[in-house]
Parts: sequence; C-alpha cells; structure tokens
Amino acid sequence: MQTPHHHADCNRPLADESVIACLDCDLLQRIPEVPVGASVRCPRCDKELWRHKPDSLNRTFALTLAALVLYLIANTVPMLGLHAAGREAFTTVVGGAHQLWLDGQQVVSVLVLFAAVISPALQIAFLLLITLGCQRERPPAWVGMFLQHLHFTRTWSMIEVMLLGVLVSLTKIAEYASVVLGTALFALFALVILLAAIQSSFDPREVWQRIRWAEPTARPLPAANAEGKP
Amino acid sequence: MSRSNPTALDHGLQSCHACGLLSRPAPGAEAGRCPRCDEELVFRKPRSLERTLAYLIAASVCYVPANLLPVLTTNTSGGSESDTIMQGVVLLWSPTGWPLSLIVLFASIMIPSAKILALLYLVFTVKRGSIRNNAQRVRLYRMVEIVGRWSMVDVFVDTFTVSLIQLQPLMSVEPGPGLLFFAAVVVLTMLAVESFDPRLIWDSVAVKEMKSEVQHA
Repeated sequence: MQTPHHHADCNRPLADESVIACLDCDLLQRIPEVPVGASVRCPRCDKELWRHKPDSLNRTFALTLAALVLYLIANTVPMLGLHAAGREAFTTVVGGAHQLWLDGQQVVSVLVLFAAVISPALQIAFLLLITLGCQRERPPAWVGMFLQHLHFTRTWSMIEVMLLGVLVSLTKIAEYASVVLGTALFALFALVILLAAIQSSFDPREVWQRIRWAEPTARPLPAANAEGKP
Repeated sequence: MSRSNPTALDHGLQSCHACGLLSRPAPGAEAGRCPRCDEELVFRKPRSLERTLAYLIAASVCYVPANLLPVLTTNTSGGSESDTIMQGVVLLWSPTGWPLSLIVLFASIMIPSAKILALLYLVFTVKRGSIRNNAQRVRLYRMVEIVGRWSMVDVFVDTFTVSLIQLQPLMSVEPGPGLLFFAAVVVLTMLAVESFDPRLIWDSVAVKEMKSEVQHA
C-alpha cells in the first residue's frame, strides 16, 4: 500500500516481520516463535538472534530501579580510603577522575568519567525510560530512540572493568598503607551483578514488536504478527 | 537467485542495525531509512575495511609509546621513580599478588596486541576474498568484541592509585605520559571493532557461488 505520506528515503518493510537477516552473516531466515527460555540461533554463524525471556519488561524495570538506587549510592559515598603515617585519604569514582584532571591528564580523566560514571548513568536512564514507555499498549516512537542507543551505552559502560582495576590498585596500595573499603565499593559490586541481571532479562525484540513506527503508514497490516495476541 | 545461503544483500534487502527490521530500499537507492525506528540504513557499513584498518594503524602507532613511556611516577622523599605498564606487572608480582599481576599482564599487554593482530587478520582475509574458516573468523570477531573492554583495567588501576596516594610530602603518585597513549590504544581498538562489518566475511561466499554459476551456465 503506497501512500503519498511516505518519505522518499523510507524503506518498505516486508509483509512478515519475523523474516530477518542475521546481523553477523546476512543470512535470510524466519525467527520462529519459541517457548520462554529458549533461544534462536543463526544456522550459519551461530549468532544468538533472539532469546525469549520471561516477563522481560517488568523484571527489567524492577532491576533497573534497584540499579538506580545503587548507582546513586556508589557515586555519592567514599569508595576507598587509606590510613598512612597518621593521615587519612578517601576517594570516590568521580574523585579519581578529578585527580587525573588535576595532574594534567585531562583526556584520560574524561574517558574514565565517561566509562565509569556517564555511560552507566545513561544506560540506567535509557532502560528506565524504555520500560516506562512500554507501560503503554503501543509505546511511543521516542522509546525506540533510546533503545537504538542502548547498545552504545552498554559498550562504553565499564563498571565491572573498573572494579577489577580497583581491586588491583588496592593490592598495590596495601603495600604502603592500610586500606579502608568504602560503602561505594560494595554498592558498585552489587551494581555489576544487577547490570548483568538486566542484560539477561531484557528482551529488546518485545519492545520493537509493540512500538509505534517512525513511519506509521509503512507498517504492514497486522496479519500474522504478534500484535493480535489475546 | 536460488543460492544455497540466501542473504539480504542478494535480495536487495537491508536489515536495521538498531531494531533488526528487514526492509527494501527505494529502487536503485543505496541507502534508506528504517520505517520502524528511523535509523539510516545501508547494505554494509560504509568503507568498513578502510576505517577498521585506519583505526588499527593508529592503535599500533600508539601501542609503542603506551608500553615504553611510564604510566605512573611515584614521588617519595628519597626521589621519584617511574614505571611502565610492564614494570607495574612485575611490581605486582608477589606470593599473594601474582594472580592480579597475571590479570594485568593479560588485560594490558596481551589483549591489546591480540586484538590488533586478530582484526588485521580479519581485514586481510576479507580483502583477499577468503571463504575458509568463516565460522571461526566470525567467532574470533565476537571474542575480540567481548574481551576488548577489559584492557581498560590498567587505566582504572592507575586512576585510583593516583587519587589515593596523595600523601604529600611523604609520598605521592602521579600519572605518566604513557597513560594517554595506552588509553588511546584501548579506545582506537574499540572503534576498530565497531567499524568492522562481520557480514563482509560471508560476502565472498556469494561472490564465489556467483562465479561458479556463471561458469556452469
């Protein structure tokens, strides 16, 4: 159905949304409906194309709320401290980046801030907005905008790498001084576990199937897709 | 068109990298927009091999000062001492610290160099039109993608060592010039991974099949 509202550069979808191409090898295939917990893999390159996750959006929302609380704790209270020669010093995640900035390593300081503070914040914020937007029967198009960029925030959010780094620097410092573990360290540890849990409970395909299209007139009539389920 | 492994490219279809929808561009068009999520669509990442290679060359150039210049300088009343990444690994080696020392050795020295070599291998085999070990090559790509982020670990080690040991005038630690180059290696190799299009590994299969079809006709 060609309508005059189509933008000239807008692609036309196939009639059946479950026909896709593997993003790693381009093989055309149909994603079958599989039971909860099962996954679909590309027969040629073995990429996981879809995993049917139970109660995905509700669980993701709950876990993300918990992650938000932990994130706020992790970035407001001290993470590490040390006692040496009658003195005490404490640092937070942001404090680490700040000291690098003061020492003339501004570029690395921004990178640390981006990977350890900004990206995780964006990741949590995007997930909250996505799961909130999906409370509606037909999620608005802005939900898609955040979902598009979720991958980017995940790539650059490196809290688990930072925790390993903290562990190593602890071991180094323990040679010179007695080290004090701050509350933020435990919050970060829990946050890493929560982010992994979010990763394994969030199913983006469910959102994409329900979302309002950027080009609503291009949407194929709901003949055989999941929209009509009771 | 009845190829054993039909691809989206064969059928003139583009899949959306953001939302996964498959759609058909306007006749003759090379690029389009996803009707579902409005993402810009192309058949393959533009100039993927060139961009990957450019990032890899830049990363290799930074790799040298990253390993030769000190990343940390420790100032004490007795003087100051600078350590490169490798010296940091050696300093960490102790009866209790050796597992962490191995982790840093692995994350900071082996992963970045293995990543550069693996991606170079992928770029050159794709350029040569190789059709061998495709499944292994795409698995290698995914491994590089997953493991690569861990090389950031040394940047964080140095960050928190610097920010905690500020006990002037007794002892203080400051970052060295190698840190910037090391961070650059990590970021540039991550960008190289992002620029590489794994579908190129499989495109040579279609080309070979097309050639043999022509020969048999």
